[in-house]
Amino acid sequence: MADDNRGPGVLSSATDRAIDAVWRIESARLIAGLTRIVGDVSMAEDLAQDALVAALEQWPQAGIPHNRGAWLMATAKRRGIDALRRRVALQRKHALIAHELRVLEQLDQPDLGAGVEEVPDDLLRLIFMTCHPVLSREARVALTLRLLGGLSTPEIARAFLSSDGTVAQRIVRAKRTLSEARVPFEVPGADELGERLEAVLEVIYLIFNEGYAATAGERWTRPALCSDALRLARILVGLMPREPEVHGLLALLELQASRLRARIGPHGEPVRLAEQDRARWDHLLVHRGLAELRRAEELSRALGPYTLQAAIAACHARAVSVERTDWPRIVALYDALAALTGSPVVELNRAVAVTMAFGPQAGLELLDTLLQEPALSNYHLLPSVRGDVLVRLGRLAEARAEFERAAELCANHSERELLRSRAAACER
Amino acid sequence: MRFMVLVPANPQSEAGEMPRTDDLEAMTKYNEELAKAGVMLAADGLHPTSRGAKVRFDGPQRTVIDGPFTEAKEIVAGYWIWECASREEAIEWLERAPFDGGIEIELRPIFEPDDFGEQLTPELREANERLRAQGSARG
Repeated sequence: MADDNRGPGVLSSATDRAIDAVWRIESARLIAGLTRIVGDVSMAEDLAQDALVAALEQWPQAGIPHNRGAWLMATAKRRGIDALRRRVALQRKHALIAHELRVLEQLDQPDLGAGVEEVPDDLLRLIFMTCHPVLSREARVALTLRLLGGLSTPEIARAFLSSDGTVAQRIVRAKRTLSEARVPFEVPGADELGERLEAVLEVIYLIFNEGYAATAGERWTRPALCSDALRLARILVGLMPREPEVHGLLALLELQASRLRARIGPHGEPVRLAEQDRARWDHLLVHRGLAELRRAEELSRALGPYTLQAAIAACHARAVSVERTDWPRIVALYDALAALTGSPVVELNRAVAVTMAFGPQAGLELLDTLLQEPALSNYHLLPSVRGDVLVRLGRLAEARAEFERAAELCANHSERELLRSRAAACER
Repeated sequence: MRFMVLVPANPQSEAGEMPRTDDLEAMTKYNEELAKAGVMLAADGLHPTSRGAKVRFDGPQRTVIDGPFTEAKEIVAGYWIWECASREEAIEWLERAPFDGGIEIELRPIFEPDDFGEQLTPELREANERLRAQGSARG
C-alpha cells in the first residue's frame, strides 16, 4: 500500500533519508543475523553495508520494497554467496576452504534469509560480542554504538570528540581482536552470565554518562548520546526481561535523563540538582523510570548496584524540593551501594547525602576520611563537594580554596566556569 | 525527537466493541516490535466518546456537552508516543503498522523546548514548562 506513494518521482534526498531510517531500524538485526550465518562480525557488517548501498542504488528507481528488512537480508546473503564463491575459486588449490564451503552451504538454504525475526537471540548474541571483555572499554563502546546503535564512524567520532580516523581504526582493531580471539557468537552460559552482563550494562552506562556529563570539551551535555544509550537499554530490557539489573539500569537512565533539560541553564551552563527547576523535569521519563524500578524490585529482593542507584534517583524524582527529599533513605541506599561496590566515588556521594540528612559537620567528617583515598586524589568532585560543605559551615576562605582546586582538576569547560564562579562567590 | 501518532475512532470503537482477535494479535505484535526497538514511550486507548464530554467556551459562558459525538473521523481513539531519531524513522515505523481499509493515521512531532527558538525567552520557557508540569502532576 505504501509502495505506491514512493515511486521513482520522489526526490533522491528524501529517499536517502528514508533509507537512513530503514538502516537505523534494521542494521543491528541484519548484522546479527548475518554474523550467525557467516561467523564473522566484520564480514557481516560489510555484507550489510553492501546491501544498503544496493538499496541506495535500486530503491530510488524501483521503489521502496514492502518488507525492507527481508529485502536487505536477501541482498546481503546473495552478495555473501558471490564473495564466498570467488574466494573458494581462488583458494581451490589450498586446503583452507572447508569453512567457506560450510558457510556457502548455510547461505544457500533459502529459509535463513527470511527468518531474521525468527532468531530473536541473535541481537543479544551480538551485544555480548561487542561488549566482550577481550576488548578495551573504548573499543566496546565504539563497536556497540556502531553495530547495535547504527551510528556511523563520524557520528561516533563527533560524540566522543575524537577524529574519524581514530574511531575507524579502533573499530577495525576491535573486529580483528574478536576474530583472532575466536569470540563465539553466543549468549554466555549461566556460569559466566552475571559477569558478562555486567560488562554489557557498563558499556551502556558509559555511553549514557558521556552524554550526561561530558568529561571534556565545551559543552556540558550531549543529549544524543543519552538517547542512544537509552535506546540500547530499552532494547536490552526487551531481550532480557527477567534480569533485574537490566531493569535497574534502564530505570536509572530514564530517571537521570528526565533531568537533562533542567541541568542546562539558558546559556548552556550546568545547573546543579539543588538549583534545578523541578517543573522542567521530563515527567514522562520520570514515570517510565519509576515503573522500571518497580519491575527491578519485583524481580529480586537483593538490589544490585544499578537498581540501588535508580532507587536513589527515584527519591529525588519523587521529592518536590531539596528540603523535602527523603535524605535518610538516600543515606541508607548509599550504605547498601557502598557495601556492594566499595567505590570511593560512592562514599563521596554518601557524604553529600549525610550532609543533607544529618548536617554539614557529619558530612565533613566523612569527607575528611576520603582525603587520603588515592583514587580520589585528582577527582574534581571531592574538593567541589568539600567546598559546598565548608560554605554551609561558614568557613568561606577554606571553601574558596577547595573550589579553586576543583576548577584546576576539572576538564569540562562549562563545569570549570561554574566552579570558578563559586570560588569567587566565597569572597563576600 | 518525540512524535505523537493519533489513531482515529471507527464505528466499532465508538460502540465500545473490542477489536477482532486477529486484529488485536497483529496490533500486539506491532506494539512489541516498537517496544523492543526502544521506540515506544507511551501508548493508550481512549474510551468511546459516549463516556466523554465537551466544554464549549463563549465569553464568560461555559456549556457542557455530553458524548457521544458524531463526526467519527475527527475523534481520537488512541495514541502512541514514540522516540525516534528523525521524522523519516517515525514514518518508517508507522508504515509498518497493521492498518488497512483506507484509514489515515496522523503523525505529529511533539514540541521540544528548543523548537520555539528565539521567540521563547528563558523566563517564558520556564513559566511554560512549569504550567505543563503542574498539569501532568495533576493528571
